[in-house]
Amino acid sequence: MMASILNSTIEALYDDSISIRFDHVSKQYRLGQIGTGTLSHDLYRTWARLLGRPDPFASVGDVNDRTQVNKKSQPTSLSKRADYVMALCDISFDVSHGEILGIIGRNGAGKSTLLKMLARITAPSSGKIQAMGKIANLLEVGTGFHPELTGRENIFLNGAILGMTRADTTRQLDEIIQFSGCEKYIDTPIKRYSSGMIVRLGFAVAAHLKCDILVIDEVLAVGDLEFQRRCIGRMQSVSREGRTVLFVSHNMGAISQLCDRCVMLENGALAFVGDTTTAVQRYLSTNGVSRVQFGTNNGSDFHFRDATMRNPKGDPENVFAYDHSICISIGYELKHSIDGLEIAVRVHSANGSLVFTTHRSHQTDSPVPTGERVCSITIPGKFLTPGDYTIDLGGHIPNQRMLDLQASAIAFRVEETGSDFAQFAGQEFGLVFCNCVWRDE
Amino acid sequence: MPMSKRPIQSELHKPEAATPSRKVWDITIEPRTSLLQLPLREIWDYRDLLRLLVTRDLLAFYKQTILGPIWFVLQPLLTTTVFYVVFNRIAGLSTDGAPAVLFYLTSVTFWGYFSDCFTKTSETFVANSNLFGKVYFPRLVVPLAIVASSLVRFAFQLGLLFLVWGYYFFSGAVHPQWSIIWGPYLVFLMALIGLGIGLLFSAATTKYRDLRFLIQFGVQLLMYATPVIYPLSITNGKLQAWMSWNPLTPIFETIRHGMLGAGMFSLSGLVWSSCFAIIVCGIGTVAYNRTERTFIDTI
Repeated sequence: MMASILNSTIEALYDDSISIRFDHVSKQYRLGQIGTGTLSHDLYRTWARLLGRPDPFASVGDVNDRTQVNKKSQPTSLSKRADYVMALCDISFDVSHGEILGIIGRNGAGKSTLLKMLARITAPSSGKIQAMGKIANLLEVGTGFHPELTGRENIFLNGAILGMTRADTTRQLDEIIQFSGCEKYIDTPIKRYSSGMIVRLGFAVAAHLKCDILVIDEVLAVGDLEFQRRCIGRMQSVSREGRTVLFVSHNMGAISQLCDRCVMLENGALAFVGDTTTAVQRYLSTNGVSRVQFGTNNGSDFHFRDATMRNPKGDPENVFAYDHSICISIGYELKHSIDGLEIAVRVHSANGSLVFTTHRSHQTDSPVPTGERVCSITIPGKFLTPGDYTIDLGGHIPNQRMLDLQASAIAFRVEETGSDFAQFAGQEFGLVFCNCVWRDE
Repeated sequence: MPMSKRPIQSELHKPEAATPSRKVWDITIEPRTSLLQLPLREIWDYRDLLRLLVTRDLLAFYKQTILGPIWFVLQPLLTTTVFYVVFNRIAGLSTDGAPAVLFYLTSVTFWGYFSDCFTKTSETFVANSNLFGKVYFPRLVVPLAIVASSLVRFAFQLGLLFLVWGYYFFSGAVHPQWSIIWGPYLVFLMALIGLGIGLLFSAATTKYRDLRFLIQFGVQLLMYATPVIYPLSITNGKLQAWMSWNPLTPIFETIRHGMLGAGMFSLSGLVWSSCFAIIVCGIGTVAYNRTERTFIDTI
């Protein structure tokens, strides 16, 4: 293991060890619908090309931020560039032989586009990608399966689509059938298969693919536990054989476990290339809303003003590593002292069940101070299991009246970064970690 | 693990690092490639896929049907019956002295092959967008598979045609000509023209779906503009001159001339058809190659 890490580090210094090179790659997409306007744009573009001018609709440098409507795009006289977006912008990096490279980023950051270009499903708008050896891409398992054909016929068909020769498939046929666990049904049309069987059959073919570069999208990682284990085991063995793996995922646990290096994309631009730990940290710290403000006073004596989620360092954040503590700062205003006033925080899981409730009076007996104040609560690390949570804030006099309630005030996520459960990613393990005592007796 | 490997490794790699520019990439993915490029080698590597796609098309066609492959020949038989009743019995169109049933069966069989090649190829991108969106292989394999599987179906129908033809031949009603030796070449020409136009339309339909509607009735109209259900000899003067420009006209006239002894054989017509086939195939390939690279973004 040690030697292989050293070797790959040394090899990375030399040009010959590079397996894939992205060279200033950009990809432009058209937004909206294709209709009558399309033809005129096409003609305009052809005209520009004939005159040797650059594409009038390409604007290299525009970042792809889905939440912002381009100011220039108001339907004025020169609204030509309005409907185009750079899904990827000027991406350059190298991947070494035998490396497992993770590609991470928020939804819409351009991960899939990157894979699709490498898989030669769509061409880049500018720049180029160079690669050594044969690329196999698994953006889906069982591509091209025909429902009317039998399992056996589909193995050959799918194998051929993925680039296997007939001889290859024939040689490995028994192995593939055994791997799929569908021996009994292999001569039945796959329209009679359960969806799980189809996926297993598809994966069995993919697992026996001969290639130098394997491109895997995380869609592959949906499936039952056994399937995921096989999938991850397969990736590791592929990389041990000196082949390169590119892996896209939102599952930071799987990324941390598998990848040597990561590429992080943000709004179509390359945000970070480097070691996995740093990349995962950066990914976690750039996600979502970490601070919310509530409406102005509704005339009540007590109301919440804002809430901020912070990581242990005190930086606003709303995605937390599973072993980091979570701090929630709550800003409120109390006009005059109220007897028996209680501030409560409830944490709900993504499916709505209440995980726990905590009250201010659990910690302190002193009355809530008046004025514009901030209080904070800290949820210890290694308590909540990875998943999405929401928080309710409430100010009330128990059993009497509610002064202010902010339901689902703020949401946060606990990310898998290598807990004991990481190897079973995707499974349910309950909402909290419990440090039970086990003893053999 | 042996740490001593480290210096050995770096020694091994040093000389190579001195000449970094000699790196040759296996795959280069760029925005545009040469348009007339035909990835023949790659297609050859994927010949197994081509074969399997053909089998898939043929098997899937009659799975879960009672009559099975009989459907291949039932189609032309029924069409011939209708044509015979409508165009011969009711409209009284001439068949140039050839037996009417055989005349229509010949035309329908050959026209069927052309229209299969054309309409199915023209739907390549739309029909396979799911497959093309997930996996890479030389895209030309799909239209080639369509032409090949249509050829197999055509072979079944040709078998039927020869049965009927044999009946008339031995009863002395048809007089085949030497031009029948052009037969295989004519089939090839039809496939080429069907493929070429099909590729062109398939490239265009990815963006402009309007063309799909055009194709549906366009093929029907094209059949009437080609001497399929009538011989060229019943047209005259200017009309006949115009009809001769249809690159499909010489093909159908030659087929009937060879098989039935009815029709006009014109070598210059065949030369024109051949030129047209090559040109349309070239343009079709260019359009297809261009579209293939980014069509998944527009489909």
